[in-house]
Amino acid sequence: MRAVTAVVGALLEAWQEVRVHRTRVLLSLVGVAVAVCSLTTVVALGAILQQANQELSERSSGRPASLNVSAYRTDGGTLDVEQMDAAWSQVVARYGVSYASRVQTTTQLVPFPDGVVPVMTQAVDQPYGEMHRVQLTDGEWFSTLDGEQFAPRLIVNEIFWDRMGRPPLSSHPVVALGGQSVPNASSGIPPGGVVAVVVGVTPSATWETEPSMFMLTSQLQTIQDAASGERGSSSAAEIPGGGGGPQTMYEMWVPPEISDQLTELVKRDLAAALGDGADVQVNRNDWGSYAGDPFLVTRLVVGGIAVLVLLLGALGLVNIALVTVKQRVREIGIRRSFGATASRVFFAVMMESVVATVVAGAVGVIVSILVVQSPAMRDVIGQGMISDFPPFPVDAAITGLVAATLVGAVAGLLPALVAVRVKVIDAIRY
Amino acid sequence: MSLLALREVTRTVIPQDQPALTILNGVNLTIEPGDHVSIVGRSGSGKSTLLNMLGLLDTPTSGEITFDDRPVKQYSTAQRDRLRGSAIGFVFQQFNLLPGRTALENVTMPLLYASGRTFWRRTKIAAEMLALVGLEHRLNSLPDRLSGGEQQRVAIARSLVRGPRLILADEPTGALDLDTGQSVMELIDEVAARTGAAQVVITHDPAIARRARRHFRLDRGVLTAVDDPSLEPLTRRDRREPASPAEGSSAPSETIVLERGDA
Repeated sequence: MRAVTAVVGALLEAWQEVRVHRTRVLLSLVGVAVAVCSLTTVVALGAILQQANQELSERSSGRPASLNVSAYRTDGGTLDVEQMDAAWSQVVARYGVSYASRVQTTTQLVPFPDGVVPVMTQAVDQPYGEMHRVQLTDGEWFSTLDGEQFAPRLIVNEIFWDRMGRPPLSSHPVVALGGQSVPNASSGIPPGGVVAVVVGVTPSATWETEPSMFMLTSQLQTIQDAASGERGSSSAAEIPGGGGGPQTMYEMWVPPEISDQLTELVKRDLAAALGDGADVQVNRNDWGSYAGDPFLVTRLVVGGIAVLVLLLGALGLVNIALVTVKQRVREIGIRRSFGATASRVFFAVMMESVVATVVAGAVGVIVSILVVQSPAMRDVIGQGMISDFPPFPVDAAITGLVAATLVGAVAGLLPALVAVRVKVIDAIRY
Repeated sequence: MSLLALREVTRTVIPQDQPALTILNGVNLTIEPGDHVSIVGRSGSGKSTLLNMLGLLDTPTSGEITFDDRPVKQYSTAQRDRLRGSAIGFVFQQFNLLPGRTALENVTMPLLYASGRTFWRRTKIAAEMLALVGLEHRLNSLPDRLSGGEQQRVAIARSLVRGPRLILADEPTGALDLDTGQSVMELIDEVAARTGAAQVVITHDPAIARRARRHFRLDRGVLTAVDDPSLEPLTRRDRREPASPAEGSSAPSETIVLERGDA
């Protein structure tokens, strides 16, 4: 019971002290608030940059662990795509891999109101969106049923969508693919061309200037088969409206802990399925495969700056606290004469510092959140490259508050030691 | 049973590069419950050191101090602090109210070091104590808005709010005019009589000292009992303090020393 009243009493004393000397406290705490705000902001920006880098990396190279599989013939011949697809499907089924996708990069000619444009196209399987964290500003990623639709489904970037006039996706906007063949066709849909439905829109980075789109590999294959049948050609590379011949890559997203083992198994199984003369490469390119911590340098630099900022704030506080406690010798003497124990005086002076810095820390963290989350700061940090801006890291806020508390305790330590050495009657009488 | 007793208390300090200095020399003083003692002494006579000893703020170089007949050195430092908070009330010359705090907050302050019901009911207790000294209408006034007499009343309320058994008044009227000083002393006497608290008043003022039942003079660290403090500017009765007031009331052997004092 005595301990409870002692703690409550010390907190009340500390709060009274802060209240009575609010001007001095406020002035001294401006430095702490600024330091905590800086610390929190730096930590938060570091975390956001790290997360943004990670997400950007995952969008391009996949999430840890992504295995990229490629195969070619060592005898200079052409790999049988159907044989490779079949072998791939078997491997995926054998090891129960939920996230696997083929990736073909090609171009498709698309007639826009201002002319026909070759559009960079990535043909992928349905799991690709989850594997590469594909973000959408409108609509939805391909569903598992989309591959069975007669009209191919497209997910276009914002530039593509802008050129279409930003039609609402609920109206199921369509575009004609392969429009180059008959530019004067009144319908806008050429013979051999197909109508594709736009079901989603991805954000465009500021540096992007050209339209691009995703479609499903199965539907790309259908278009290519139809076009090649019409022209009597068997190769997509020879289709005039089909753009360049796609080189297929194969990706799977697997748990990192089994990725090494799986790499060997996939390599072995595919090589066996493709027969002699085929070479299979399985590599990891995601950020998790880099040696060491790829964000270590960033973290060290950010941490170093943060600690320096905090030290400067703490030094200012210690300075003011020491000067202040010497001016309060009489008051401490009075309290001692009325029964305050040395430990109580020590605790109260410490708590004064801690209570004040915690309040300052909270203010600093709030200001930091406002700064980091402001649209202007987002523009500066993101440079248009981050479409999904990460939320304010909770870790940074906690770091700021803990740092403020520690600074308060450390800054309060010296004055508290001075306070307990006060000679009571001398302090009161003189 | 004595409340507080000093027996052959000596306090010596050794200044740097100087010979040892005896501040208090063989001091004997016994305070009974409800006692009223005055101590006069010139500056440098050892009054501060004696106040430290009486207030359990310092320990003697030799000799013994007992509180409730228990040697003080048996208490830990924290126990002494708590005993001081609960049993001893200080009244200072300069009032020593905490600046920036209202009268109520000042009187509440000692209760922050109490525990149990006293702690949780501190505001009510403090308000009642201020009403007792006639300041119920000044609860929320800051010290710099109070007159000298009112400030000293707040200081008295603060010193009495935990119901001390011993009131140590250090020049309680030194900063007040004659009339206010008298009324303040009447207040202390009245409250002390009501609560049964003993009083030790350290003063330069013979009129204030005369209000006590027993009188002492401190000179060069030696405490001597005197009959009438108003005669002290001319006389000092070199008499050692008896073991108890009862013994002190009997006729002691006295040596009268003529000197020009400052009491």
